[in-house]
Amino acid sequence: MRVICLLVLAMTVWAEVPSGLAIRNARVVTVSGAVLPKATVLIRDGLIEAVGADLAVPADAWLIEGEGMTVYPGLVDALSTLGQDGRPGGALPAAGLAPAPPARGPEDRPRTFSWERVADKVRANDPRVEAARGAGFTSAMTFPNNGIFAGQGAVMNLGDARPSRLIVQSPAGQYISLSLGGGRGFPSSLMGVIAYIRQCYIDLDYYKQAKAAYDKDPKGRTRPEYDRALEGLAESPRLLFPAVSLSEIDRVLRFTKELKQPAVLYGLHEGFRATELLKAAGMPVIVSTKWPTRQADADPDAVETTRALETRAKAASTPGLLAKNGVKFAFSSDGQTATEMLRGVRKAMQMGLSEADALRALTLSPAEIFGVADRMGSIEKGKIANLVVTRGDLLGERPRIEYVIVDGVKYLPPVPPAVPAAKELTR
Amino acid sequence: MKWILVLPAVLLAQESTVIQNATVYTATKSAFVGSVAFTGGKITAVGGKIIVPPGAKIVDGTGLHVSPGIIDSHSHIAVQGFGVNEGSVSVSSMVRITDVIDSEDIAIYRALAGGVTTANILHGSANAIGGNNQLIKMRWGVTAGELMMEGGTKSIKFALGENPKRQGNPTPQSGGVARYPATRMGVEDIYRQAFTETRAYQKAKADFKAGKTTMAPRTDLKLEALAEVLEGTRLVHCHAYRGDEMLMMMRVAEEFGFRLATFQHVQEGYKIAKEMAAHGVAGAGFSDWWGYKMEVADGIPFNMAVMTKKGVLAGVNSDDAGLMRRLNTEAAKAMRYGGLTEEQALALVTLNPAKQMKVDHLIGSIEAGKSADLVIWNKPPLSSYAVPQKVYIDGKLYFERDKDMSDRGRRAAAKKALEDQLKQEAPAEQKKGGVPGRRGPASEGTAQ
Repeated sequence: MRVICLLVLAMTVWAEVPSGLAIRNARVVTVSGAVLPKATVLIRDGLIEAVGADLAVPADAWLIEGEGMTVYPGLVDALSTLGQDGRPGGALPAAGLAPAPPARGPEDRPRTFSWERVADKVRANDPRVEAARGAGFTSAMTFPNNGIFAGQGAVMNLGDARPSRLIVQSPAGQYISLSLGGGRGFPSSLMGVIAYIRQCYIDLDYYKQAKAAYDKDPKGRTRPEYDRALEGLAESPRLLFPAVSLSEIDRVLRFTKELKQPAVLYGLHEGFRATELLKAAGMPVIVSTKWPTRQADADPDAVETTRALETRAKAASTPGLLAKNGVKFAFSSDGQTATEMLRGVRKAMQMGLSEADALRALTLSPAEIFGVADRMGSIEKGKIANLVVTRGDLLGERPRIEYVIVDGVKYLPPVPPAVPAAKELTR
Repeated sequence: MKWILVLPAVLLAQESTVIQNATVYTATKSAFVGSVAFTGGKITAVGGKIIVPPGAKIVDGTGLHVSPGIIDSHSHIAVQGFGVNEGSVSVSSMVRITDVIDSEDIAIYRALAGGVTTANILHGSANAIGGNNQLIKMRWGVTAGELMMEGGTKSIKFALGENPKRQGNPTPQSGGVARYPATRMGVEDIYRQAFTETRAYQKAKADFKAGKTTMAPRTDLKLEALAEVLEGTRLVHCHAYRGDEMLMMMRVAEEFGFRLATFQHVQEGYKIAKEMAAHGVAGAGFSDWWGYKMEVADGIPFNMAVMTKKGVLAGVNSDDAGLMRRLNTEAAKAMRYGGLTEEQALALVTLNPAKQMKVDHLIGSIEAGKSADLVIWNKPPLSSYAVPQKVYIDGKLYFERDKDMSDRGRRAAAKKALEDQLKQEAPAEQKKGGVPGRRGPASEGTAQ
């Protein structure tokens, strides 16, 4: 009898789980439009069902009384390795196999993993995901970062559902590093790396032509050799190029123009020196919030150049200057924790970035840069319900986060565990 | 009538400058006291007496000396990114110095302060066939894209001797892997192989163009550059010391039907000057230093003078950011050793390198129509007391010694202010190391 009663009770509770969520009478910062001083946000099936004042709350919705609270779109880390295990991507030689012989030229496709998709490897139990969510982040662009062509990144939501539910967009772009990575053989210099990338895009054009010609009339033709490296490039919607110093920014702007590929720059600590160049190029950029500091173990007697000092003093003024010049930008954690990243954003705000521009760079701008602004990045009807509910300013010194909503699922902020920042090799 | 009205408007739009009453060294004829006028980046008039355009800015050159900007045909400054060699392969003609120019290298400003206005930035000498070079002008303060010389010729670096064969022997650094070749014979073989491959590539392209094949060959950047060498549209600047190797290189070039532009370093040029003149290759090297390794043992300070007298187009260059700043005195040594005239000696670092790089229609001497790349010196330019006072590139003043000196106090104060500001912010920042603003020295000289 007792068992039956419990069963009935349990069934009743199950039946009453609301399918919707409503945040009533809160201040709503939509980012895409005006700030609504007192409005209701309705959420159903993981999406924003409606936003506006005087909306009726459906009977089957959980209700959050939003009086005194602010609703923001969830924050976005525009370039990270969230959801990947500690070991950076890229294929490692299988156990027992000898390491590959040194590459002798571009034909050997050195340090190339362009076909690998990080979406295939993402896992939700990366402890950094929960920490980021606790700080108000609901999405991240996660990219492999090992190799000249490191592979295809993805836009993922920072929920705790199974990984396949978290991916918003894949592939989101090809991650390029202009480093040597300690490899032997070709390329052994920056000019070699650039020559390799240039040759790959020439090869890609040729590969497409050869395949098309063969498909049209295969009889009597030698079939083109399958090239996974070029297949990976062919499906890359955009290229992510590192550019930190003025020289690098100038170089990559010229190079991407030559490649005729859509590109996004990342790094940008000397962006304050390159605002005119960036404005003229009209290329979106991702600014690392890991502002340069003097190395802790630097010789205290070492003489630094004025230029190096100036870079340290002014790097954080870059976002404000980009906003003034109409350059589209987003922020990346660059290996920092979410809390450190937001501290970096606040430093940029102290150096001239307005709060509205900072918020946009953490929400709608990254969504636009990665081509997903039609589904996320702002509080609009029909978009994915990724929200942060706070008391007080989200970007203030001590944000008080009440709820974080990812794909319509409500999370209470955890007591943030001390998660050491994973070492990232983003350059 | 209309014509008369338009002309002054053009002149007003582009400000003219006239350096008056200076001793002028044109690099083509003996020095004289007179004027140099320039408008819109080009020299418009030079002579003892010239017509001063209305509204021109007058620079009083009384007691001063004007020479063409110094041209360094062999430099490795302003290169970024893990060295100046793509040393993994013996044929690296796919790489371009153009891609890695660093406009922020302070060596550019220092070269400018030494009167250098143009330099050919070369790939290193680790490979038999190196990378493509880039001519830059010392326009300190602009971006890398704006440093590149307009109308500059394309060129590639070759290298003979010890350097390209050094990696033939496996070392711990090379991971126990040896790179072919290990001998001077092997270096020669590299050229034959590469150009044989290039000819086959050219033929495959020609066959496709003629409709003999259905698919063009894949565009190969490595062979494209070498095809340009065979076609004569890309100059070859070849690192070389020994006479026997230079003779080999000329024979190989003639076999494949092209001419070398220069031998760089060319320490034994005096031994084979007649053969060099017959091939038409120029000699670009140091003034009077040698013996820093075995294959350089036979250098002599008379090299430039001997080559000049035997009809070789000779030039002096630096291969070094420091030496680059006093190329004027390096050139002057050819007057002491070998008795070149003043004009001949000055031409070693101005007109001759311009000719060697096939840009003498643009730069290299003070002649109407050429770029206004000019140096105003306090003493005759070949004097060891000469110090550049003003340096113009394309008529624009890029260096002014007085201004540099008077600015030093202001710059020191600005630096102090930055240091103080950073010290105040330091406690919050001292937690972790970050990306330094600038990584390491950008340019590294290669082994000679």
